[in-house]
Amino acid sequence: MAAEKAEMDKLKKECDALRTQIEAARKAVNDGSMSASAGGVAGLGRIQLKLRKNLKGHLAKIYAMHWSADSRQMVSASQDGKLLIWDTFTGNKLVAVPLKSAWVMSVAFAPSGNLVASGGLDNICTVYNIKAASPKTLRELDAHTGYLSCCRFLSDTEILTASGDTTCCLWDLETGKQKTVFTNHIGDCMSLALSPDMNTFISGACDSLAKLWDLREGACKQTFSGHTSDINAIAFFQNGHAIITGSDDCSCKMYDLRSDQEVITYQDPSLNAGVTSVALSNSGRLIFAGYDDFNCHIWDSLKGEKIGVLSGHDNRVSCTGVPNDGMGVCTGSWDSFLKLWN
Amino acid sequence: MSSKTQSSSSMAQARRTVQQLRIEASIERVKVSKASSDLMRYCGEHAKNDPLLMGIPASENPFKDKKPCTVL
Repeated sequence: MAAEKAEMDKLKKECDALRTQIEAARKAVNDGSMSASAGGVAGLGRIQLKLRKNLKGHLAKIYAMHWSADSRQMVSASQDGKLLIWDTFTGNKLVAVPLKSAWVMSVAFAPSGNLVASGGLDNICTVYNIKAASPKTLRELDAHTGYLSCCRFLSDTEILTASGDTTCCLWDLETGKQKTVFTNHIGDCMSLALSPDMNTFISGACDSLAKLWDLREGACKQTFSGHTSDINAIAFFQNGHAIITGSDDCSCKMYDLRSDQEVITYQDPSLNAGVTSVALSNSGRLIFAGYDDFNCHIWDSLKGEKIGVLSGHDNRVSCTGVPNDGMGVCTGSWDSFLKLWN
Repeated sequence: MSSKTQSSSSMAQARRTVQQLRIEASIERVKVSKASSDLMRYCGEHAKNDPLLMGIPASENPFKDKKPCTVL
């Protein structure tokens, strides 16, 4: 009994020492802020984008959307129990996928364009072949013990999921089995993003932490703190060296992976609404963040200034996405509409 | 759960936490000033390929509704 207590104390002491060591190491490289460095960069002025398309079709709240790699098709998911695949150039609906469970929270397009995946309160990630004559269920990935909050394909044979059971998981689509389970968060995982080189991914969770994971090792490599509430959204900066998070604490943050710390916070005293979604323009200079205040606000990623707003939705903006060719931004809302802006 | 199982699982938890912190403590860190300047350089180099920054001419805008032409 005494031996156990002694070991526990020793472990606690080592934890504290390591945490202090990490903080000291971060401080040692913190030789200036991003916004100070960006003082010399020319400001962008006000960014004004026009509404180009208002996509009507869903009959209930939209929870998620994802662009196809072709920058033309896009898939959206609504709690009306349907996935809709859109041709964004014409505004036409190409495919409707009826869902077994209407409580969908996430949707993803495979890079090939052949498959889409969705999941939600059913705890299952269902993968559909949308190139068949009518959408065919390919796999039901059923092992999470909590809701499916996010999913992203690596290819037609591998998919990553994030869950309310606090884990993320890499699945083999050929066998339908879990390849790797990523455990370390102590709160529901809400969002994930793949690195441009596909070797790592990042997750944001209700424990207010963002974590960087090595896909092949299955290990958590870095943990980023600073937010004071759930992280709902996360994205990689295009060069793979920085990440952007959006949180219920009403702020977004940029963390640099190589400095292992927060380098800038995007917040405004007039903004008292949680962030639901984030997306970056192709150069990384613009951050599009969807908020509970029905708007998508545009931030200058380097200077930390709010420089524009996409207004028009009549309810919370739940999802935001920029296609690979960077030609526009799509916002999806609880008002059941998707809007395209550029 | 018996108190013995409880203490051994919190012991296992503590060991895992220490293990994780050791991994996180061991990485090499780059100065924030260098990280910032690299990000600024990336944005600068790619600005001209960012349609949302540069603007899109109406004729090349895939989302803009094309108005039908009338021949007068």
